[in-house]
Amino acid sequence: MKGLIMTLLLWTMTLPTVGQSYRTAVCELSFFSNAPLEDIKANNKEAIGVFNAATGDIALVVQIRGFQFAKSLMQEHFNENFMESEEFPRATFEGKVKKFDMEKSGSQNVDVSGDMTIHGVKKPMDISGRFEVRNGIVFMDAVFPIRLEDHDIEIPQILFKKIAEEVEVTVHFELKKD
Amino acid sequence: MQHCLRTIKIIISLVMAYYANPLKAQDSLLDQLESQVQPMDEWVMGTFKGTRLINGHTIETRGEGNLDFMISHRFGRINSGAYNFFGLDEANIRLGLEYAFTDRLTVGVGRNSFQKVYDGFAKYRLLKQQTGAKQVPISMTLYSSMAVNTFKRPELPMTFERRLSYAHQLLLARKFTEGLSLQLMPSYVHQNLVPTNMDKNDLFAVGLGGRLKLTNRTSLNMEYYYRVAPNENDGFYNVVALGFDIETGGHVFQLHLTNAQSMTETGFIPSTTGNFWDGDIHFGFNISRSFQLKKNEKQAW
Repeated sequence: MKGLIMTLLLWTMTLPTVGQSYRTAVCELSFFSNAPLEDIKANNKEAIGVFNAATGDIALVVQIRGFQFAKSLMQEHFNENFMESEEFPRATFEGKVKKFDMEKSGSQNVDVSGDMTIHGVKKPMDISGRFEVRNGIVFMDAVFPIRLEDHDIEIPQILFKKIAEEVEVTVHFELKKD
Repeated sequence: MQHCLRTIKIIISLVMAYYANPLKAQDSLLDQLESQVQPMDEWVMGTFKGTRLINGHTIETRGEGNLDFMISHRFGRINSGAYNFFGLDEANIRLGLEYAFTDRLTVGVGRNSFQKVYDGFAKYRLLKQQTGAKQVPISMTLYSSMAVNTFKRPELPMTFERRLSYAHQLLLARKFTEGLSLQLMPSYVHQNLVPTNMDKNDLFAVGLGGRLKLTNRTSLNMEYYYRVAPNENDGFYNVVALGFDIETGGHVFQLHLTNAQSMTETGFIPSTTGNFWDGDIHFGFNISRSFQLKKNEKQAW
């Protein structure tokens, strides 16, 4: 009898945390490179993310192959020469959202800090973004720069005028309860 | 006994509670997420850098709306000596334009100074090597070309039909590793005009080629065509070529050494006059520049 009570007790203790897990229903990323000769933009929807509203833990996995470019040759070079997606097929982020309020209505500014792994190179990163809870859906939006050098992505000298050393990444997530 | 049973119950309940909550599991959030990533359709990209291996084509076709402008040169024979600057005094040029109507279909035209040949081709990607959600072990491209030799030959009653020749190839390739790609090219060439009426108009050949990637932007290439039962004592040789590719953004620079002067399949497969092993080698290059005329629609959300 005692055991049964214990079980129920433990179940109820753990349930709230299970109920606080959110998963991306919409996950859109893009990056923009602004260089003297060429502006390059690519979009990606091949990504998934989870967020724990109890602890603020957030994790994200992006498939590098999912980036779509306007020029197919550029897409090939992005995968083959820069991101080496055969060897490093995914980019990941793991971190914590700080000072967010699930009860508050309207948009809030939040800070996220964690580790970003791109091209197999892990870097600590602090991102500020916007956070909003509307009709039980968590919206997250952020724009932040990534330095290619930080992740050992090499650009040959001949392409310096075509590819920026720092690209601007835009993310938009809509997360629903698991 | 009662006590023991209770202890077991407690242990079981603890274990159940532990596993009931995935977030408490030892794997991090990220590890769990990584295991849930759906495999994508992963087309194998960049089996070769260019649409040309050296003289002949690779299985590669450009993306829809891409226009390639190609400039190719084959200089004279290296063994022609210092007086001819090792062949560089003499140059054959091919200028070509090729447009990708779809990701699979490319149509191109070219003009060769050698024999004043105009050529046209259609290239269709039948199969793309693929890993991930679906597995396709090789890439396959169908290549078909026609050439018109407009060289003036007053000694012969030349009709338009006599000036035509055709080449058809099935290009099969596999990117074995990031560094190694190999290609097999069963080929058929038909020439409407051959030197004597004893000679056959049809020729079968099997080509073998490959690429060894040296860095992300450079590779070493080789290409060889074996002519199956060619006309006897025709004075022609199997074509051999060694090349080095440099790719920079929208350009591919290909430098090579080959015994062929012609830059069309109807020329270099049946009628290569140089003996590679005797030093009848031509230095040459292909330069391609890509222009994207139509944007990829998948990019728009």
